[in-house]
Amino acid sequence: MGKVHVTIDGIQVYVPDDYTILEAAKEINIHIPTLCFLKDVSEIGCCRMCLVEIKGKKSLEAACVHPVYDGMEVRTHSPEITRVRKKNMELILSNHPAICQSCTRSDSHCELQALANMLDVHFSNYKKYQETVTQNAAVDMDDGISIQRDPNRCVLCRRCISICNNIQTVGAISAINRGFNTVIGTAGNRGLDDTVCVSCGQCINVCPTGALQEHRDIDSVWDALYDEDKYVVVQTAPAVRAALGEEFGNPIGTDVTGKMVTALRMLGFDKVFDTNTGADLTIMEEGTELIDRIRGGGVLPLITSCSPGWVKFCEHNFPEMIPNLSTCKSPHEMLGAIIKSYYAEKNGIDPDKMVVVSVMPCTAKKFESQRPELAVDGRADVDFVITTRELARMIKSIGIDFNAIGDGSFDDPLGQSTGAGLIFGTTGGVMEAALRTVADIINGVSSDSIDYMEVRGIEEGIKIAEVRIADLNIRAAVAHGLGNARKLMERVKAGEHFDFIEIMACPGGCINGGGQPLQVSDVRNWVDFKEKRAKALYKGDREKFIRKSHNNPAIKKLYKEYLGMAGGMKAHKLLHTHYVNRRDD
Amino acid sequence: MCCENEALMEEMLTKVIEEHKDMPGALIPVLHEAQGIYGYLPEEVMKKISDGLGVPVAKVYGVATFYSQFSLIKKGKYRINVCMGTACYVKGSADILNKLKERLAIEVGECTEDGKFSLDACRCIGACGLAPVITVNDEVYGRLTEADIDSIIDKYEAMEA
Amino acid sequence: MAASIRDYKTITEIREIREETRKKIGARLGKGVCEGAELHMMICGSTGCSSSGSGKLLDKLDELMARDGLEEKVAVVKTGCFGLCAEGPIVMVQPGNYMYTQVTPEDIEEIWECHIKGGAPVERLISQNQAEFFSKQKRIALRNCGRINPECIDEYIAFDGYEALSMVLTEMDPEDVIDTIKKSGLRGRGGGGFPAGIKWEAAAKEECAVKYICCNADEGDPGAFMDRSILEGDPHSVIEAMAIAGYAVGAHKGFIYIRAEYPIAVERLRTAIGQAREYGLLGKNILGRGFEFDIEIRLGAGAFVCGEGSALMISIEGNRGEPRPKPPRATERGLFDKPTVLNNVETFANVPQIIVKGLDWYNSIGTEKSKGTKVFAVSGKINNTGLVEIPMGTSLREIIYDIGGGIPDGKKFKAAQTGGPSGGCIPAELIDTPIDYDSLTSLGSMMGSGGLIVMDESTCMVDIAKFFLEFTVDESCGKCPPCRIGTKRMLEIITRITEGKGTMEDLDELEELSHTIKRGALCGLGQSAPNPVLSTMKYFKDEYIAHVRDKKCPAGVCISMLRYIIEKESCKRCGICAKNCPVGAISGSKEQPYVIDQDKCIKCGVCMSKCPFKSIMKNA
Repeated sequence: MGKVHVTIDGIQVYVPDDYTILEAAKEINIHIPTLCFLKDVSEIGCCRMCLVEIKGKKSLEAACVHPVYDGMEVRTHSPEITRVRKKNMELILSNHPAICQSCTRSDSHCELQALANMLDVHFSNYKKYQETVTQNAAVDMDDGISIQRDPNRCVLCRRCISICNNIQTVGAISAINRGFNTVIGTAGNRGLDDTVCVSCGQCINVCPTGALQEHRDIDSVWDALYDEDKYVVVQTAPAVRAALGEEFGNPIGTDVTGKMVTALRMLGFDKVFDTNTGADLTIMEEGTELIDRIRGGGVLPLITSCSPGWVKFCEHNFPEMIPNLSTCKSPHEMLGAIIKSYYAEKNGIDPDKMVVVSVMPCTAKKFESQRPELAVDGRADVDFVITTRELARMIKSIGIDFNAIGDGSFDDPLGQSTGAGLIFGTTGGVMEAALRTVADIINGVSSDSIDYMEVRGIEEGIKIAEVRIADLNIRAAVAHGLGNARKLMERVKAGEHFDFIEIMACPGGCINGGGQPLQVSDVRNWVDFKEKRAKALYKGDREKFIRKSHNNPAIKKLYKEYLGMAGGMKAHKLLHTHYVNRRDD
Repeated sequence: MCCENEALMEEMLTKVIEEHKDMPGALIPVLHEAQGIYGYLPEEVMKKISDGLGVPVAKVYGVATFYSQFSLIKKGKYRINVCMGTACYVKGSADILNKLKERLAIEVGECTEDGKFSLDACRCIGACGLAPVITVNDEVYGRLTEADIDSIIDKYEAMEA
Repeated sequence: MAASIRDYKTITEIREIREETRKKIGARLGKGVCEGAELHMMICGSTGCSSSGSGKLLDKLDELMARDGLEEKVAVVKTGCFGLCAEGPIVMVQPGNYMYTQVTPEDIEEIWECHIKGGAPVERLISQNQAEFFSKQKRIALRNCGRINPECIDEYIAFDGYEALSMVLTEMDPEDVIDTIKKSGLRGRGGGGFPAGIKWEAAAKEECAVKYICCNADEGDPGAFMDRSILEGDPHSVIEAMAIAGYAVGAHKGFIYIRAEYPIAVERLRTAIGQAREYGLLGKNILGRGFEFDIEIRLGAGAFVCGEGSALMISIEGNRGEPRPKPPRATERGLFDKPTVLNNVETFANVPQIIVKGLDWYNSIGTEKSKGTKVFAVSGKINNTGLVEIPMGTSLREIIYDIGGGIPDGKKFKAAQTGGPSGGCIPAELIDTPIDYDSLTSLGSMMGSGGLIVMDESTCMVDIAKFFLEFTVDESCGKCPPCRIGTKRMLEIITRITEGKGTMEDLDELEELSHTIKRGALCGLGQSAPNPVLSTMKYFKDEYIAHVRDKKCPAGVCISMLRYIIEKESCKRCGICAKNCPVGAISGSKEQPYVIDQDKCIKCGVCMSKCPFKSIMKNA
């Protein structure tokens, strides 16, 4: 690869020749405004905000997609550029409902608002269109179980389409109609719940406005908390603690476990448990399932089922692989089932008066918690799922000074967890946690080499590891992002042999789940936020005294006192589930 | 070209999908053929095309709604198209269109209740020498004035009676 | 023809076919040995004449032929477009160029009896406009339209068809071909006028095993139909040119993207491709020279934007036809991400002639920077509506008055619109401008694909701008905000103006929005969308001001500003107007002069058309 000299606003820069103007400008700290551009996700140059002048060219060009060449001279600001950018923004705003006061995005995550401010656009300049002309006919809001879509707030940047179709290969949404009538929508304008959408929520994470967000469950949680009759238990997923701090201005990758626990207590939850404990329980069940399948000639590869986005994707696109899916419920569902049975019994609480709230980095967990097949005796394991973002909103809404409060600890016994449970929150973590336990069980001794580096990392979409445990050769694969999952499934269908596969629906795993704190494109384009969040989990794992699920004393006690053996009758009733073929949905 | 028989239509569609399966960029040709079979693109048909070609149904819908030749609603037995090309416009096609709207009591894009007539405004059909022009199914009527409209519609009404 | 295991014909065989066919159609050539029928009746079977009933003439002729059995004496030939569409259906009898217009089945019987059987042309039916219409034309792209049966490859071959391909494959390297096209100065006939040779050269330079030749037949400019006529009248010229381009750039596959609204053209193309394959002029071993090329037809589906190069290719790939930013250019990464040459129908139709007749010939036609001819589809308020092919540099006046026969009803020429929704209006005072790419651009219009709509004093220029904006809003793909929202806002403003609710600030706002769209839109179509507004504002600002300030539409077109008024002096108080008014807006009596209640009036115009004394005026 060669390098070229480019002059931007009079400053010379020497950059690789496959750079865009936007990237070259970034090298010399010149910030060109963008709206539709999201690196590696959507690079289509459609919003026309990043227009720049190139010497010798008549037209203005989109810096985000225009490649550099040697001797290129670029101007990123001029009266002409400002004039066009400003008017363009006015046009976009003329077709946007000004409901910022009640929009969850306006709290520092609305890229549209930030850009309008940056361009110094005046309300009166676009308001005049709205006063005199018809606006785009208001389109109905689609408020589903997991995701809420408001096409009126959409600016048609098309990032959501790209992530849904190209990265996740779900294909639930597309641009519909033409011209001024273009909207982002589903086939036949159905609600997302009525489509192949898997609720992964990646579309929310990339949306620059409030057009996409999670379905709100905060109100139900407040109702439960304020209800004297209810015993409200909360559990938090591993990835939540690695990202929640961002909502309060902490650097990406700050572990805020202690403050999070304190804040949850302040919110009024009766008990604060840890989904990591559920993850440890999952490893016990899934590890046993793996050994049974390998030893007993069961269906292989065994594929993890803790990512509900992946599970629904599999049900729609690869129903023939359903027998491969682990029958294990996901960690928070397992923990919910245990809370409403074991914990309720032990503490003499009526499970019908219990409300289990899961704080998840995930939007698909909302859908998952409502699956009827997950209920035990007609009782849902988890009553409400809120996202990391929703938790942050709750904390803010009662005026907790998050950064100033002290560290708390999870409640016993379902707050005791291991390093293995913690790394569930990032790609490769479930695989690693499982291998740590499976190796010990098969070998019959406790191994010291427990860091499975080959399954870690964000960079590779599909990671493959050959692990030898005693007489067993386990061929393991890890995929994150559903596009990679699809590729991996095609390989399995083509006959490639694997024993154990971990799949997480979101690129990077739960740390980048659809319910995690938003990072605007200016951060996402240049900072590897996934890696930073993942590091927080691995650091936590290293610092844990117990790093293997089967050594978790709470888990040991649970089996001894209540469940009996892993994969046993009781465990099956409470901790396992089945799946639905959704091919023709 | 519309066929009455559902099963036959489905069979034809299956054949069309089969034939185009491996063709790069098959979606639009298949939508054309499907519309030829069904007269429009019902949702089930788009779903079938989606499954057959391995294209997400949302994308099929997105493509179908982008191109004005594809219709998601049923058309009339007699499909009237008013050319709104420049030559026709300059020679009064807007008046022709208004007259048709009035006579049929429907708006552009709609179909009369009895399913006989549907009315659309179309892009230049290239018969500018005959402007203003309308087409009824494949029949072209040129050099029209408002006064001609009633007799044209009457002709088709009479064919139905 | 001897059966052979070869699946191609050799160049010698093609030349033999040429000689054989020329003998058969001698009547049309007017010279040489004539072995075929001594009279040829050429009947236009293109869209225009078909719509005005040429099919019935063919039926009638079948009947007469069966009755009289004159197969030996007369040949009936269904041809492509003669160009004079306004006077269709057209029948030409050869030899002698007898052009009969607006022929009815009864007329054809008369022609049959008198001219064919009796040898006496029917003077009454002979076109009066023929000489004037054809005199200043120079037909290169349209050379075979009306001259051959487009469904017969032999007739195409007879008129030098596939000679260019033969020459290219035997005598020229790909570099020679590119060099010839470059030096010919042939510029793209579909829009901006990019030099074809430079495009071919760029694609040829790419090192890639798979390349494509695309033909843009998605003729979308309203009022332009030359591409349709070429495909209907001479499809082989495009096929031959695409094969030549394929040889020049190293491509083996071509796509023709054609509007589905052109069923006759599609059918003729299908037939032609089939015949070309049969002769081995498309296929694996063309003319036995080891060159492989084949063509696939893809139908558009009603999206104007697919005439834009990148959108066209994206549409062929099976997607919503939304343009993408350049670079990369199509010649680097086009269809299916492969190097692609995209030219339009008319551009291709010129290529074989350039090869056969040579550079010097082609260079002698046209202006310095715009070589050759251009086909215009002349329509609107003009007598000889139709297709004309003129050397570049011909003036608008020559087109309108010399070829077009002037404006009907003695009205005054006001402006001509060229370039469709991307173009602009040329006002009457600039009627002597020689027309080429650069002169049109400098006037704020553009060549576009060659639609030329003539407007007279009864055309409202604000209304015309509104018409084009409506078109653009309808056809905007919706990808970028300047075009998607900007054109919509412009339309809203201009609609207000035509309704008499405009303000002077609105005019400034129109200019500002135009500027944003021109500079900011993603594709060429978006960037040129404001042209119709800008050019009408430039040349007809007074009309805008009349709408805004005086609340008047000088041409009497904008209905909400329209007033029907009864002239007291000439009104004979017959009461016919009042009887015919559908809303009872007219009152009066023998004693009282009739008046129109403007609040009740719906401006339907019935009163004006019914008044026997022409006493009712519009907008007086």
